[in-house]
Amino acid sequence: MNRSRRRVLELGGGVAALGAAAAAGLIPAGAAAAAWNKPGFESKAAADAIKSLGASGMTESRDIAITAPDIAENGAVVPIAVTSRIPNTESISILAEKNPFPLAATFDIAPGTEGYASVRIKMGQTSHVRAVVKAGGKFYTASKEVKVTVGGCG
Amino acid sequence: MFTLRSRIAVLALICLFAPAAGAQNAGAGLEVGRKMLLEDNPGELWIDRGKRIFHEKRGPKKASLEQCDFGMGPGNLKGATARLPRYFADTDKVEDLDSRIVTCMVTLQGSDREQVKKSAIGRPLTDGSDIEAIAMYVASHSNGMKMDVRLDHPKEREMYKAGEYLFFRRSGQTDFGCVTCHGQPDKRIRLQDLVNMLDKKQIQAVAGSWPAYRGAHGISRTMQWRLYDCFWQMRLPELAYLSDVSIALSTYLNYQGNGAVVKVPGFKR
Amino acid sequence: MAEPMRIRATLQGDVADVRILMRHPMETGQRKNPKGEIIPVHFIQSVVVTHNGKTVFDAQWSQAISRDPFLGLRIKGAKAGDKVSVTWTDNKGDKRTDEATVAASS
Repeated sequence: MNRSRRRVLELGGGVAALGAAAAAGLIPAGAAAAAWNKPGFESKAAADAIKSLGASGMTESRDIAITAPDIAENGAVVPIAVTSRIPNTESISILAEKNPFPLAATFDIAPGTEGYASVRIKMGQTSHVRAVVKAGGKFYTASKEVKVTVGGCG
Repeated sequence: MFTLRSRIAVLALICLFAPAAGAQNAGAGLEVGRKMLLEDNPGELWIDRGKRIFHEKRGPKKASLEQCDFGMGPGNLKGATARLPRYFADTDKVEDLDSRIVTCMVTLQGSDREQVKKSAIGRPLTDGSDIEAIAMYVASHSNGMKMDVRLDHPKEREMYKAGEYLFFRRSGQTDFGCVTCHGQPDKRIRLQDLVNMLDKKQIQAVAGSWPAYRGAHGISRTMQWRLYDCFWQMRLPELAYLSDVSIALSTYLNYQGNGAVVKVPGFKR
Repeated sequence: MAEPMRIRATLQGDVADVRILMRHPMETGQRKNPKGEIIPVHFIQSVVVTHNGKTVFDAQWSQAISRDPFLGLRIKGAKAGDKVSVTWTDNKGDKRTDEATVAASS
Protein backbone atom coordinates (compact mmCIF):
# COMPACT_ATOMS: atom_id res chain seq x y z
CA MET A 1 0.00 0.00 0.00
CA ASN A 2 1.43 3.44 -0.82
CA ARG A 3 2.69 5.31 2.23
CA SER A 4 0.53 8.39 2.02
CA ARG A 5 -2.66 6.31 1.88
CA ARG A 6 -1.57 4.22 4.88
CA ARG A 7 -0.75 7.39 6.81
CA VAL A 8 -4.23 8.80 6.14
CA LEU A 9 -5.86 5.58 7.35
CA GLU A 10 -3.70 5.50 10.48
CA LEU A 11 -4.91 8.97 11.36
CA GLY A 12 -8.29 7.28 11.78
CA GLY A 13 -9.98 9.11 9.00
CA GLY A 14 -11.29 6.05 7.25
CA VAL A 15 -12.81 6.45 3.87
CA ALA A 16 -13.99 10.03 4.29
CA ALA A 17 -10.42 11.16 4.89
CA LEU A 18 -9.24 9.12 1.94
CA GLY A 19 -11.60 11.09 -0.25
CA ALA A 20 -10.41 14.40 1.19
CA ALA A 21 -6.81 13.32 0.79
CA ALA A 22 -7.45 12.44 -2.81
CA ALA A 23 -8.94 15.86 -3.37
CA ALA A 24 -5.88 17.38 -1.74
CA GLY A 25 -3.71 15.49 -4.21
CA LEU A 26 -2.07 13.24 -1.63
CA ILE A 27 -3.32 10.08 -3.33
CA PRO A 28 -3.39 9.54 -7.08
CA ALA A 29 -6.85 10.34 -8.44
CA GLY A 30 -8.83 7.23 -9.34
CA ALA A 31 -7.16 5.18 -6.60
CA ALA A 32 -9.49 6.41 -3.84
CA ALA A 33 -13.03 5.21 -3.40
CA ALA A 34 -15.89 7.68 -3.87
CA ALA A 35 -16.40 10.14 -1.02
CA TRP A 36 -18.72 8.96 1.75
CA ASN A 37 -21.85 11.10 1.82
CA LYS A 38 -21.73 12.08 5.49
CA PRO A 39 -24.62 14.60 5.40
CA GLY A 40 -26.77 12.06 3.57
CA PHE A 41 -26.01 9.11 5.82
CA GLU A 42 -26.53 11.23 8.93
CA SER A 43 -29.86 12.70 7.80
CA LYS A 44 -32.72 11.74 10.05
CA ALA A 45 -35.39 12.53 7.48
CA ALA A 46 -35.64 10.80 4.13
CA ALA A 47 -36.28 14.16 2.43
CA ASP A 48 -32.97 15.53 3.72
CA ALA A 49 -31.08 12.45 2.59
CA ILE A 50 -32.67 12.74 -0.84
CA LYS A 51 -31.70 16.42 -0.93
CA SER A 52 -28.10 15.49 -0.16
CA LEU A 53 -28.14 13.25 -3.20
CA GLY A 54 -29.29 16.21 -5.30
CA ALA A 55 -32.45 14.25 -6.05
CA SER A 56 -35.17 16.51 -4.70
CA GLY A 57 -36.69 16.83 -8.16
CA MET A 58 -36.91 13.07 -8.70
CA THR A 59 -39.82 11.62 -10.69
CA GLU A 60 -41.62 8.32 -10.15
CA SER A 61 -40.54 5.65 -12.60
CA ARG A 62 -41.98 2.27 -13.44
CA ASP A 63 -38.64 1.23 -14.89
CA ILE A 64 -37.24 0.69 -11.41
CA ALA A 65 -38.04 -2.72 -9.90
CA ILE A 66 -37.59 -3.37 -6.21
CA THR A 67 -37.36 -7.05 -5.29
CA ALA A 68 -38.03 -7.44 -1.59
CA PRO A 69 -40.32 -9.52 0.61
CA ASP A 70 -43.79 -8.17 1.39
CA ILE A 71 -43.12 -9.28 4.95
CA ALA A 72 -39.63 -9.53 6.42
CA GLU A 73 -39.55 -12.02 9.24
CA ASN A 74 -36.40 -10.52 10.68
CA GLY A 75 -35.92 -6.78 10.48
CA ALA A 76 -32.17 -7.19 10.93
CA VAL A 77 -31.69 -8.91 7.56
CA VAL A 78 -34.10 -7.66 4.91
CA PRO A 79 -33.05 -8.54 1.34
CA ILE A 80 -33.52 -5.73 -1.17
CA ALA A 81 -32.59 -5.87 -4.85
CA VAL A 82 -33.03 -2.88 -7.15
CA THR A 83 -33.08 -3.22 -10.94
CA SER A 84 -33.11 -0.06 -13.04
CA ARG A 85 -34.05 -0.41 -16.69
CA ILE A 86 -33.48 3.32 -17.25
CA PRO A 87 -30.67 3.81 -19.79
CA ASN A 88 -27.39 5.27 -18.52
CA THR A 89 -28.07 4.47 -14.88
CA GLU A 90 -25.18 6.05 -12.97
CA SER A 91 -26.20 5.41 -9.39
CA ILE A 92 -28.76 3.68 -7.21
CA SER A 93 -29.52 4.71 -3.64
CA ILE A 94 -31.61 2.76 -1.17
CA LEU A 95 -33.54 4.33 1.70
CA ALA A 96 -35.73 2.81 4.43
CA GLU A 97 -37.98 5.77 5.07
CA LYS A 98 -38.81 5.09 8.71
CA ASN A 99 -35.29 4.15 9.80
CA PRO A 100 -33.60 6.52 12.27
CA PHE A 101 -31.17 7.30 9.44
CA PRO A 102 -33.07 6.49 6.24
CA LEU A 103 -30.21 6.42 3.71
CA ALA A 104 -28.73 2.92 3.73
CA ALA A 105 -26.61 2.77 0.59
CA THR A 106 -25.54 4.49 -2.61
CA PHE A 107 -24.09 2.49 -5.49
CA ASP A 108 -22.08 4.32 -8.15
CA ILE A 109 -22.24 2.30 -11.34
CA ALA A 110 -19.73 2.62 -14.16
CA PRO A 111 -20.99 2.62 -17.74
CA GLY A 112 -21.05 -1.00 -18.89
CA THR A 113 -22.23 -2.29 -15.53
CA GLU A 114 -25.89 -3.10 -15.07
CA GLY A 115 -28.15 -0.82 -13.07
CA TYR A 116 -28.60 -3.50 -10.43
CA ALA A 117 -27.68 -3.89 -6.80
CA SER A 118 -28.68 -6.45 -4.19
CA VAL A 119 -28.04 -6.07 -0.47
CA ARG A 120 -29.61 -6.78 2.91
CA ILE A 121 -30.62 -3.90 5.15
CA LYS A 122 -31.76 -3.43 8.73
CA MET A 123 -35.26 -2.06 9.11
CA GLY A 124 -36.50 -0.76 12.43
CA GLN A 125 -40.18 -1.02 11.54
CA THR A 126 -42.63 -1.46 8.67
CA SER A 127 -41.71 1.18 6.12
CA HIS A 128 -41.43 2.03 2.47
CA VAL A 129 -38.14 1.06 0.94
CA ARG A 130 -37.26 3.68 -1.65
CA ALA A 131 -34.86 3.45 -4.56
CA VAL A 132 -33.45 6.66 -6.01
CA VAL A 133 -31.80 6.26 -9.38
CA LYS A 134 -29.59 8.78 -11.15
CA ALA A 135 -29.58 8.26 -14.90
CA GLY A 136 -28.46 10.60 -17.64
CA GLY A 137 -28.06 13.32 -15.04
CA LYS A 138 -31.70 13.10 -13.89
CA PHE A 139 -33.26 11.44 -10.83
CA TYR A 140 -35.99 8.82 -10.70
CA THR A 141 -37.61 6.90 -7.89
CA ALA A 142 -39.81 3.98 -6.91
CA SER A 143 -40.77 2.50 -3.58
CA LYS A 144 -42.22 -0.64 -2.04
CA GLU A 145 -43.66 -1.24 1.37
CA VAL A 146 -41.97 -3.91 3.43
CA LYS A 147 -43.74 -5.09 6.56
CA VAL A 148 -41.43 -5.86 9.44
CA THR A 149 -42.36 -8.05 12.35
CA VAL A 150 -40.57 -10.33 14.76
CA GLY A 151 -40.94 -13.97 13.95
CA GLY A 152 -42.02 -16.69 16.38
CA CYS A 153 -40.02 -19.70 17.52
CA GLY A 154 -37.07 -20.98 15.51
CA MET B 1 -51.13 -8.64 34.88
CA PHE B 2 -50.87 -11.91 32.99
CA THR B 3 -48.75 -14.57 34.61
CA LEU B 4 -46.17 -16.42 32.56
CA ARG B 5 -48.31 -19.51 32.78
CA SER B 6 -51.42 -17.81 31.44
CA ARG B 7 -49.44 -16.12 28.64
CA ILE B 8 -48.08 -19.46 27.54
CA ALA B 9 -51.50 -21.03 27.84
CA VAL B 10 -52.84 -18.35 25.51
CA LEU B 11 -49.99 -18.96 23.08
CA ALA B 12 -50.67 -22.67 23.19
CA LEU B 13 -54.33 -22.05 22.43
CA ILE B 14 -53.41 -19.82 19.49
CA CYS B 15 -51.08 -22.53 18.19
CA LEU B 16 -53.67 -25.23 18.53
CA PHE B 17 -56.57 -23.34 17.09
CA ALA B 18 -54.96 -21.12 14.44
CA PRO B 19 -56.97 -21.53 11.23
CA ALA B 20 -55.31 -23.89 8.77
CA ALA B 21 -55.59 -21.56 5.78
CA GLY B 22 -53.83 -18.75 7.62
CA ALA B 23 -50.93 -21.02 8.47
CA GLN B 24 -49.93 -21.67 4.88
CA ASN B 25 -50.57 -18.09 3.72
CA ALA B 26 -48.15 -16.74 6.29
CA GLY B 27 -45.48 -18.27 4.06
CA ALA B 28 -46.58 -16.64 0.80
CA GLY B 29 -45.63 -13.07 1.74
CA LEU B 30 -42.37 -14.30 3.23
CA GLU B 31 -41.21 -16.65 0.47
CA VAL B 32 -39.43 -14.00 -1.62
CA GLY B 33 -37.28 -13.01 1.33
CA ARG B 34 -36.53 -16.56 2.44
CA LYS B 35 -35.45 -17.56 -1.05
CA MET B 36 -33.15 -14.54 -1.45
CA LEU B 37 -31.48 -15.16 1.91
CA LEU B 38 -31.01 -18.88 1.33
CA GLU B 39 -29.48 -18.33 -2.11
CA ASP B 40 -26.65 -16.21 -0.69
CA ASN B 41 -26.25 -17.39 2.85
CA PRO B 42 -23.71 -15.79 5.22
CA GLY B 43 -23.55 -19.23 6.86
CA GLU B 44 -21.19 -20.21 4.04
CA LEU B 45 -18.59 -18.02 5.70
CA TRP B 46 -18.81 -20.35 8.69
CA ILE B 47 -17.75 -23.23 6.44
CA ASP B 48 -14.60 -21.22 5.76
CA ARG B 49 -14.19 -20.24 9.40
CA GLY B 50 -14.73 -23.84 10.51
CA LYS B 51 -12.19 -25.08 7.96
CA ARG B 52 -9.53 -22.77 9.37
CA ILE B 53 -10.20 -23.79 12.96
CA PHE B 54 -10.43 -27.50 12.04
CA HIS B 55 -6.96 -27.52 10.51
CA GLU B 56 -5.25 -25.43 13.20
CA LYS B 57 -2.97 -27.11 15.72
CA ARG B 58 -4.64 -26.36 19.03
CA GLY B 59 -4.87 -27.45 22.64
CA PRO B 60 -2.20 -28.85 24.98
CA LYS B 61 -1.37 -31.52 22.40
CA LYS B 62 -1.03 -28.91 19.64
CA ALA B 63 -2.94 -31.04 17.20
CA SER B 64 -5.52 -30.35 14.52
CA LEU B 65 -8.82 -32.20 14.18
CA GLU B 66 -7.73 -33.75 10.91
CA GLN B 67 -7.57 -37.25 12.40
CA CYS B 68 -11.03 -37.04 13.93
CA ASP B 69 -13.26 -39.98 13.13
CA PHE B 70 -16.82 -38.85 12.40
CA GLY B 71 -17.86 -42.40 11.56
CA MET B 72 -16.27 -42.83 8.15
CA GLY B 73 -12.77 -43.36 9.49
CA PRO B 74 -10.20 -40.86 10.80
CA GLY B 75 -9.88 -37.87 8.48
CA ASN B 76 -12.72 -38.90 6.20
CA LEU B 77 -15.42 -36.22 6.27
CA LYS B 78 -17.33 -37.05 3.12
CA GLY B 79 -20.86 -38.21 3.92
CA ALA B 80 -20.09 -38.43 7.65
CA THR B 81 -22.80 -36.18 9.08
CA ALA B 82 -25.48 -37.75 6.89
CA ARG B 83 -25.10 -40.81 9.12
CA LEU B 84 -25.18 -39.03 12.48
CA PRO B 85 -26.05 -39.70 15.25
CA ARG B 86 -24.40 -43.11 15.41
CA TYR B 87 -22.61 -45.45 17.80
CA PHE B 88 -18.86 -45.01 18.27
CA ALA B 89 -16.84 -47.90 19.71
CA ASP B 90 -14.07 -45.66 21.07
CA THR B 91 -16.49 -43.91 23.46
CA ASP B 92 -19.04 -46.73 23.60
CA LYS B 93 -21.76 -44.13 23.05
CA VAL B 94 -24.15 -42.85 20.44
CA GLU B 95 -22.82 -39.45 19.41
CA ASP B 96 -24.09 -36.59 17.26
CA LEU B 97 -21.99 -34.03 15.38
CA ASP B 98 -21.41 -31.71 18.35
CA SER B 99 -20.58 -34.63 20.60
CA ARG B 100 -18.05 -36.03 18.17
CA ILE B 101 -16.30 -32.67 17.77
CA VAL B 102 -15.99 -32.44 21.54
CA THR B 103 -14.69 -36.02 21.77
CA CYS B 104 -11.97 -35.20 19.28
CA MET B 105 -11.08 -31.88 20.93
CA VAL B 106 -10.50 -33.85 24.12
CA THR B 107 -8.75 -36.94 22.75
CA LEU B 108 -6.78 -35.42 19.87
CA GLN B 109 -6.10 -31.94 21.20
CA GLY B 110 -6.03 -32.62 24.95
CA SER B 111 -8.63 -29.97 25.76
CA ASP B 112 -10.63 -30.08 28.98
CA ARG B 113 -14.06 -31.54 28.30
CA GLU B 114 -16.00 -29.32 30.69
CA GLN B 115 -14.28 -26.17 29.42
CA VAL B 116 -15.05 -27.10 25.84
CA LYS B 117 -18.71 -27.81 26.63
CA LYS B 118 -19.07 -24.51 28.47
CA SER B 119 -18.12 -22.49 25.41
CA ALA B 120 -19.88 -24.71 22.89
CA ILE B 121 -22.94 -22.55 22.30
CA GLY B 122 -21.95 -19.11 21.10
CA ARG B 123 -23.48 -15.83 22.15
CA PRO B 124 -25.65 -14.12 19.53
CA LEU B 125 -24.09 -11.30 17.52
CA THR B 126 -20.52 -12.43 18.19
CA ASP B 127 -18.30 -14.69 16.07
CA GLY B 128 -20.01 -17.70 17.66
CA SER B 129 -18.27 -20.74 19.08
CA ASP B 130 -15.52 -22.78 17.47
CA ILE B 131 -17.72 -25.87 17.61
CA GLU B 132 -20.50 -24.13 15.70
CA ALA B 133 -18.05 -23.22 12.95
CA ILE B 134 -16.40 -26.65 12.84
CA ALA B 135 -19.83 -28.30 12.69
CA MET B 136 -20.73 -26.23 9.62
CA TYR B 137 -17.48 -27.18 7.91
CA VAL B 138 -17.78 -30.88 8.65
CA ALA B 139 -21.46 -31.00 7.68
CA SER B 140 -20.76 -29.30 4.35
CA HIS B 141 -18.95 -32.49 3.30
CA SER B 142 -22.33 -34.24 3.20
CA ASN B 143 -23.96 -31.67 0.96
CA GLY B 144 -25.98 -33.27 -1.81
CA MET B 145 -26.11 -36.63 -0.05
CA LYS B 146 -29.17 -38.23 1.50
CA MET B 147 -29.56 -38.53 5.25
CA ASP B 148 -29.05 -42.14 6.20
CA VAL B 149 -29.18 -42.69 9.95
CA ARG B 150 -29.06 -46.39 10.79
CA LEU B 151 -30.18 -48.27 13.86
CA ASP B 152 -27.80 -51.24 13.56
CA HIS B 153 -26.34 -51.13 17.05
CA PRO B 154 -28.45 -51.84 20.18
CA LYS B 155 -27.46 -48.48 21.67
CA GLU B 156 -28.66 -46.70 18.51
CA ARG B 157 -32.00 -48.48 18.80
CA GLU B 158 -32.14 -47.57 22.48
CA MET B 159 -31.53 -43.89 21.72
CA TYR B 160 -34.14 -43.93 18.98
CA LYS B 161 -36.77 -45.43 21.29
CA ALA B 162 -35.95 -42.95 24.03
CA GLY B 163 -36.14 -40.09 21.54
CA GLU B 164 -39.51 -41.23 20.27
CA TYR B 165 -40.84 -41.44 23.81
CA LEU B 166 -39.48 -37.97 24.62
CA PHE B 167 -40.95 -36.48 21.46
CA PHE B 168 -44.44 -37.42 22.51
CA ARG B 169 -44.08 -36.88 26.24
CA ARG B 170 -45.75 -33.80 27.67
CA SER B 171 -44.27 -32.41 30.86
CA GLY B 172 -43.36 -29.36 32.85
CA GLN B 173 -45.41 -26.38 33.95
CA THR B 174 -46.76 -25.86 30.44
CA ASP B 175 -47.59 -29.52 29.81
CA PHE B 176 -45.81 -29.23 26.46
CA GLY B 177 -43.99 -31.86 24.46
CA CYS B 178 -42.31 -31.59 21.08
CA VAL B 179 -45.52 -33.07 19.73
CA THR B 180 -47.51 -30.04 20.90
CA CYS B 181 -45.94 -27.80 18.26
CA HIS B 182 -44.54 -30.37 15.86
CA GLY B 183 -47.07 -33.15 15.83
CA GLN B 184 -49.97 -31.54 13.98
CA PRO B 185 -50.52 -30.18 10.48
CA ASP B 186 -50.91 -26.52 9.51
CA LYS B 187 -49.83 -24.83 12.69
CA ARG B 188 -47.66 -21.79 13.18
CA ILE B 189 -46.35 -19.50 15.85
CA ARG B 190 -46.45 -15.90 14.65
CA LEU B 191 -44.80 -16.12 11.21
CA GLN B 192 -43.05 -19.44 11.61
CA ASP B 193 -44.86 -22.36 10.01
CA LEU B 194 -44.32 -25.24 12.40
CA VAL B 195 -42.85 -28.35 10.81
CA ASN B 196 -45.10 -31.34 11.37
CA MET B 197 -42.45 -33.92 12.28
CA LEU B 198 -44.97 -36.73 11.87
CA ASP B 199 -45.31 -35.86 8.17
CA LYS B 200 -42.48 -37.53 6.28
CA LYS B 201 -42.38 -34.88 3.54
CA GLN B 202 -42.29 -31.99 5.99
CA ILE B 203 -39.55 -33.37 8.18
CA GLN B 204 -37.50 -34.31 5.12
CA ALA B 205 -37.77 -30.71 3.95
CA VAL B 206 -35.89 -29.46 7.02
CA ALA B 207 -33.83 -32.37 8.33
CA GLY B 208 -30.92 -31.62 5.99
CA SER B 209 -30.74 -27.95 6.87
CA TRP B 210 -28.71 -28.15 10.07
CA PRO B 211 -26.30 -26.62 11.00
CA ALA B 212 -27.89 -23.37 9.91
CA TYR B 213 -27.15 -19.63 9.95
CA ARG B 214 -29.55 -18.02 12.37
CA GLY B 215 -30.10 -14.52 10.96
CA ALA B 216 -31.17 -12.95 14.24
CA HIS B 217 -28.03 -14.28 15.96
CA GLY B 218 -25.63 -13.78 13.08
CA ILE B 219 -23.91 -17.11 13.68
CA SER B 220 -23.95 -20.81 12.81
CA ARG B 221 -26.24 -22.93 14.99
CA THR B 222 -26.35 -26.69 15.41
CA MET B 223 -29.11 -29.14 16.32
CA GLN B 224 -27.85 -29.10 19.94
CA TRP B 225 -28.69 -25.39 20.11
CA ARG B 226 -32.04 -25.90 18.39
CA LEU B 227 -33.15 -28.54 20.88
CA TYR B 228 -31.87 -26.44 23.79
CA ASP B 229 -33.90 -23.49 22.54
CA CYS B 230 -37.05 -25.60 22.10
CA PHE B 231 -36.76 -26.79 25.70
CA TRP B 232 -36.42 -23.16 26.79
CA GLN B 233 -39.48 -22.20 24.79
CA MET B 234 -41.45 -25.03 26.39
CA ARG B 235 -40.29 -23.81 29.81
CA LEU B 236 -38.81 -27.22 30.52
CA PRO B 237 -35.64 -27.61 32.59
CA GLU B 238 -32.51 -26.64 30.68
CA LEU B 239 -31.48 -29.23 28.12
CA ALA B 240 -27.85 -29.98 29.00
CA TYR B 241 -25.37 -29.84 26.14
CA LEU B 242 -24.69 -33.33 24.74
CA SER B 243 -27.05 -34.91 27.28
CA ASP B 244 -28.59 -38.32 26.61
CA VAL B 245 -31.93 -36.55 26.12
CA SER B 246 -30.47 -34.37 23.37
CA ILE B 247 -28.82 -37.31 21.60
CA ALA B 248 -31.99 -39.39 21.90
CA LEU B 249 -34.13 -36.69 20.32
CA SER B 250 -31.56 -36.09 17.57
CA THR B 251 -31.43 -39.79 16.80
CA TYR B 252 -35.20 -40.04 16.59
CA LEU B 253 -35.63 -36.88 14.49
CA ASN B 254 -32.73 -37.49 12.12
CA TYR B 255 -33.92 -41.05 11.49
CA GLN B 256 -37.38 -39.68 10.70
CA GLY B 257 -35.65 -37.32 8.28
CA ASN B 258 -33.83 -40.09 6.42
CA GLY B 259 -33.93 -39.50 2.69
CA ALA B 260 -33.63 -35.73 3.11
CA VAL B 261 -30.87 -34.21 0.99
CA VAL B 262 -28.24 -32.48 3.09
CA LYS B 263 -27.97 -28.82 2.16
CA VAL B 264 -26.00 -26.73 4.64
CA PRO B 265 -25.87 -24.03 5.70
CA GLY B 266 -29.59 -23.70 6.22
CA PHE B 267 -30.96 -20.22 6.85
CA LYS B 268 -33.22 -19.62 9.79
CA ARG B 269 -34.86 -16.34 10.76
CA MET C 1 -7.38 -9.78 10.70
CA ALA C 2 -10.53 -9.55 8.59
CA GLU C 3 -11.91 -12.88 7.44
CA PRO C 4 -11.94 -13.62 3.71
CA MET C 5 -15.00 -12.90 1.57
CA ARG C 6 -16.75 -15.43 -0.59
CA ILE C 7 -17.05 -14.22 -4.16
CA ARG C 8 -19.00 -16.06 -6.85
CA ALA C 9 -18.84 -14.69 -10.39
CA THR C 10 -20.77 -16.67 -13.00
CA LEU C 11 -21.32 -15.83 -16.61
CA GLN C 12 -24.90 -15.45 -17.86
CA GLY C 13 -24.48 -14.68 -21.54
CA ASP C 14 -21.94 -11.87 -21.45
CA VAL C 15 -22.97 -10.63 -18.01
CA ALA C 16 -21.02 -11.70 -14.93
CA ASP C 17 -23.43 -12.27 -12.07
CA VAL C 18 -21.30 -11.39 -9.05
CA ARG C 19 -22.30 -12.33 -5.50
CA ILE C 20 -20.18 -11.39 -2.51
CA LEU C 21 -20.53 -12.46 1.12
CA MET C 22 -18.48 -10.47 3.63
CA ARG C 23 -17.79 -11.01 7.32
CA HIS C 24 -18.33 -7.86 9.32
CA PRO C 25 -20.28 -7.02 12.50
CA MET C 26 -21.81 -3.85 10.96
CA GLU C 27 -22.42 -2.45 14.44
CA THR C 28 -24.86 0.44 14.53
CA GLY C 29 -23.47 1.90 17.71
CA GLN C 30 -26.88 1.45 19.34
CA ARG C 31 -26.36 -1.99 20.83
CA LYS C 32 -25.15 -2.65 24.35
CA ASN C 33 -22.90 -5.48 25.51
CA PRO C 34 -23.87 -7.70 28.48
CA LYS C 35 -22.17 -5.16 30.79
CA GLY C 36 -24.50 -2.43 29.53
CA GLU C 37 -21.79 -0.56 27.62
CA ILE C 38 -22.51 0.74 24.13
CA ILE C 39 -20.75 -1.31 21.46
CA PRO C 40 -19.05 1.29 19.27
CA VAL C 41 -20.20 1.87 15.72
CA HIS C 42 -18.18 -0.32 13.36
CA PHE C 43 -19.27 -0.87 9.78
CA ILE C 44 -18.11 -1.17 6.19
CA GLN C 45 -18.39 2.24 4.54
CA SER C 46 -17.06 1.43 1.10
CA VAL C 47 -17.02 -1.51 -1.27
CA VAL C 48 -15.20 -1.13 -4.56
CA VAL C 49 -15.42 -3.75 -7.29
CA THR C 50 -13.02 -3.87 -10.22
CA HIS C 51 -13.24 -5.90 -13.42
CA ASN C 52 -9.85 -6.64 -15.00
CA GLY C 53 -8.45 -3.76 -12.96
CA LYS C 54 -11.08 -1.17 -13.88
CA THR C 55 -13.47 0.12 -11.20
CA VAL C 56 -17.00 -0.84 -12.24
CA PHE C 57 -18.98 -0.50 -9.03
CA ASP C 58 -18.49 1.68 -5.98
CA ALA C 59 -20.79 1.23 -2.99
CA GLN C 60 -21.08 3.59 -0.05
CA TRP C 61 -22.83 2.03 2.92
CA SER C 62 -24.29 3.12 6.23
CA GLN C 63 -24.51 1.05 9.40
CA ALA C 64 -28.03 0.10 8.25
CA ILE C 65 -26.56 -2.56 5.98
CA SER C 66 -27.00 -5.94 7.67
CA ARG C 67 -24.38 -7.84 9.61
CA ASP C 68 -22.23 -10.16 7.47
CA PRO C 69 -23.23 -8.13 4.45
CA PHE C 70 -24.07 -9.41 1.01
CA LEU C 71 -23.58 -7.54 -2.26
CA GLY C 72 -24.90 -8.60 -5.66
CA LEU C 73 -24.05 -6.84 -8.91
CA ARG C 74 -23.87 -7.55 -12.64
CA ILE C 75 -20.97 -6.68 -14.91
CA LYS C 76 -21.62 -6.48 -18.65
CA GLY C 77 -19.13 -7.50 -21.31
CA ALA C 78 -17.47 -10.14 -19.17
CA LYS C 79 -15.71 -13.31 -20.32
CA ALA C 80 -14.75 -16.49 -18.52
CA GLY C 81 -11.36 -16.01 -16.87
CA ASP C 82 -11.83 -12.28 -16.23
CA LYS C 83 -10.62 -11.05 -12.84
CA VAL C 84 -13.06 -9.53 -10.36
CA SER C 85 -11.56 -7.84 -7.31
CA VAL C 86 -13.51 -6.60 -4.30
CA THR C 87 -12.18 -4.24 -1.63
CA TRP C 88 -14.09 -3.19 1.44
CA THR C 89 -13.04 -0.44 3.85
CA ASP C 90 -14.69 0.19 7.20
CA ASN C 91 -15.06 3.28 9.40
CA LYS C 92 -11.97 2.29 11.40
CA GLY C 93 -9.89 2.18 8.25
CA ASP C 94 -9.62 -1.62 8.20
CA LYS C 95 -9.85 -3.13 4.77
CA ARG C 96 -9.91 -6.42 2.96
CA THR C 97 -9.41 -7.32 -0.71
CA ASP C 98 -10.36 -10.61 -2.30
CA GLU C 99 -10.38 -11.74 -5.90
CA ALA C 100 -12.27 -14.18 -8.01
CA THR C 101 -12.23 -15.37 -11.59
CA VAL C 102 -15.36 -15.24 -13.71
CA ALA C 103 -16.52 -18.82 -14.27
CA ALA C 104 -18.33 -20.00 -17.37
CA SER C 105 -22.00 -20.79 -16.83
CA SER C 106 -22.49 -24.43 -15.82
